[in-house]
Amino acid sequence: MTEGSETPLLELVDISKSFGGVQALRGVDFSLRAGEIHGLVGENGAGKSTLMKIIAGVHHDFQGTMRLDGKPVRFRSARDALDAGVGMVHQELSIAPELTVAENVFLGSQPVTKLGIIDWKRMVREAREHLAGLGIDVDPTTTIGLLPIGLQQLIELARVLFSGARIIILDEPTSALSPPEVELLFATLRKLRESGRSIIFISHFLDDILGISDSVTIFRNGEKVLTSPVSKIDKRKVIEQMIGVGHRELEESYTGDIKLNTRFDAPVVLETENLSIERAFHDVSIKIRAGEVLGIYGFMGCGQIELARALFGKLKASGGLMLEGKPIRLPRTSVAKELGIAYVPESRRAMLFHHEPLYKNMSISILERISRLLLKPGAERSIARGHIDNLRIRTPGADQLLGNLSGGNQQKVALAKWLTHAPKVLILSEPTRGMDVGAKEDVVRIVRDLRDQGIAVVVVSTEPETVLSLADRILVMKRGAIVTEFAGDTVSKDRLLEAA
Amino acid sequence: MAETGTAAKRRGGFGKWFSSQLRNIAPFLTLLFLVGFFSIASESFPTLTNVGNILNQISITAIIAVGLTFVILTAEIDLSVAAIANVTGIAVAFFTMQEGYVNIANVPLPGLVAVVVALGVCFALGLFNALGVVFIGIPSFIMTLAMMQIADGMSALFVRGQIAYAVPELVTFLGSSTLGGIPVIVMVAGVFLLVAHLVLTYTRFGRYVYMVGGNREAAEYSGVNVKFIVGAVLVIGGVCSGVAGMLGVAYFGSAQQNEFTTYLLDAIAAVVVGGTSLFGGSGGIGNTIVGLLVLGVLNNGLDHVQIDPFLKTLIRGLILLAALVINVYAQQLRSRAEARGD
Repeated sequence: MTEGSETPLLELVDISKSFGGVQALRGVDFSLRAGEIHGLVGENGAGKSTLMKIIAGVHHDFQGTMRLDGKPVRFRSARDALDAGVGMVHQELSIAPELTVAENVFLGSQPVTKLGIIDWKRMVREAREHLAGLGIDVDPTTTIGLLPIGLQQLIELARVLFSGARIIILDEPTSALSPPEVELLFATLRKLRESGRSIIFISHFLDDILGISDSVTIFRNGEKVLTSPVSKIDKRKVIEQMIGVGHRELEESYTGDIKLNTRFDAPVVLETENLSIERAFHDVSIKIRAGEVLGIYGFMGCGQIELARALFGKLKASGGLMLEGKPIRLPRTSVAKELGIAYVPESRRAMLFHHEPLYKNMSISILERISRLLLKPGAERSIARGHIDNLRIRTPGADQLLGNLSGGNQQKVALAKWLTHAPKVLILSEPTRGMDVGAKEDVVRIVRDLRDQGIAVVVVSTEPETVLSLADRILVMKRGAIVTEFAGDTVSKDRLLEAA
Repeated sequence: MAETGTAAKRRGGFGKWFSSQLRNIAPFLTLLFLVGFFSIASESFPTLTNVGNILNQISITAIIAVGLTFVILTAEIDLSVAAIANVTGIAVAFFTMQEGYVNIANVPLPGLVAVVVALGVCFALGLFNALGVVFIGIPSFIMTLAMMQIADGMSALFVRGQIAYAVPELVTFLGSSTLGGIPVIVMVAGVFLLVAHLVLTYTRFGRYVYMVGGNREAAEYSGVNVKFIVGAVLVIGGVCSGVAGMLGVAYFGSAQQNEFTTYLLDAIAAVVVGGTSLFGGSGGIGNTIVGLLVLGVLNNGLDHVQIDPFLKTLIRGLILLAALVINVYAQQLRSRAEARGD
């Protein structure tokens, strides 16, 4: 740090950490001053979460030194870190929704009377005082699950503070919040800063990071790229540093302009009108065209997964749905399937039967087409063998149990389920997650093939590369709404990130 | 079963094959052990007549267990099977002309009509279970627990503490007569087991039952109508129980309350001891047959050896516990294999 004449509150020097051969962090330095809000940005897998988990005591076998108040420390557990004054608020809140606000604030440290019974009066009183001190006006006897998510988050923050934290790590605190809730959170954070506490703020939302932080640190591929005061950097610069413009990456980096082959003239297959699910997404009106890959990009929790599920009848949404011009309803997934809508979820576990042979995994979604009453295992096996060849699935045969295949090959099986009889609409959620480069190329090839057959393909992803490598048109979702469309022109990764 | 067994054998060596087949092997070894033990311990046990006795004794349980196998394969449970059997048996008697000394306000109908009405009763109760579980979302454990009480309550209202004896001829024939020296009820049980096996193994519906039990979420994402399958197995459970109840009334020679109480645990025990997973998705009628024989041999054999009659229930409980331990252990082996394979 340039202004580092004083000792930093927290200092990490030359931190490295690997997970079974995968280097998550390489020689990272990081320091945090008292009374500072420090933003942390980087792409998925850049190493910021790993570093935070080291600071919060979740990971303890790492190389390097960590110093708190100038003294070397190494936390053995999250509890240990909290005792030393380091607390973390995770993206998934760890509140007990059925309990009251007061009980949640005091979770694990309830005040007791001399008899060892919980002192309810004192608990409620102290909770009220404590929350008021943070500017949170809420009745401590309310059941916390009934409050808006923003307030729940503030109360979890209050609990971390109440256990004496001087350093608070916030992981994606704004992703589920509405703009006024974000303002409330920021007001609270400013108050904490004035009282001398330090905050580490991790987020994909660069506007939020730049709006509240004093300084920002950028990670890329397990290394720290840059730490800068917020006043000396802007959003463009942050994005450039995050994705590494000028670096020769081994993989395609998608930094240049990518031409979108949008087909404005193709017939609309599926259309939504003001589709909404409360707390997930709202007023989504989109047109999905035949022979086109529509990419829907957004950060984790922006509502795109719920949207995809609603299009397959897995979640019930309000609003209108039209298939080839006719209004439809999707009360369950079997109805969507009959109408020609197919869906591959992001988790293989949610799509596949691990103890069943490959051919049964592939035939499950087309059984009514190949057998009225009795099964035809011969037909199932020959269909499966066709897919194994076409999709280059590595397996000894169609009778192999699915659980014996590698992850990438399992993903292909999940896709194969829908390819025997081409659907009208194919929705793919995170189709390349966790795949190696070769398997990713296979998926790109398969998806392009399907598109060229006239199938309307929807690709939903939180990874910009996935959307950029597949889509002919891209919609960007942010906090439950479609905010930007890239069509007909060119797009680049930095512009995509800027829009989200 | 056999098919995946040999495939696994070719692939991964004996240890892997054994752990994947533990669920099927253990019940079979238990059966062999029990047969061997009682054959040595008692001279009257290993006779052809006694084999007939055992088959006769397990027939009612077998018909109930057929329905329960479908239910447990989808990872649901039906605790109302015995109560539905009871009320259906009572219903068929209620709609049959009774002797003058039977003090029941019965409604005599022609024999076949009485049978159809009784079948309607068990179908309706099974459907009621299905609606509660599928549409309201009540866990099947709770829904069928309530149904157990409802069906018992209906039984009580039908007979009001009395006993009825007469049932339609068809029911008498199926439940308590013999054909060529073989009890007809054994043949009926055999037909139920065979048809259920064919349905589970060779039909699309049967495949869906296994897939829904194996991974309900994946079945839903594959466009399977999961609610229909779960509802259907609960209706099958109700109808199988009802048929068992009607034949049981003929078999016992009377229709009265609490006649089938022990059959709930016997049927669940037969399915689970046989190795069908309580977590759904694996097992089948073959397993249920082995489970029925284990229970039948155990119940029968304990009568042939010199043993404190008050000890019998305890021994049965311990055998059931051992089977459950193996069932859960096999599931853990399977989950571990899955974690490695993923």
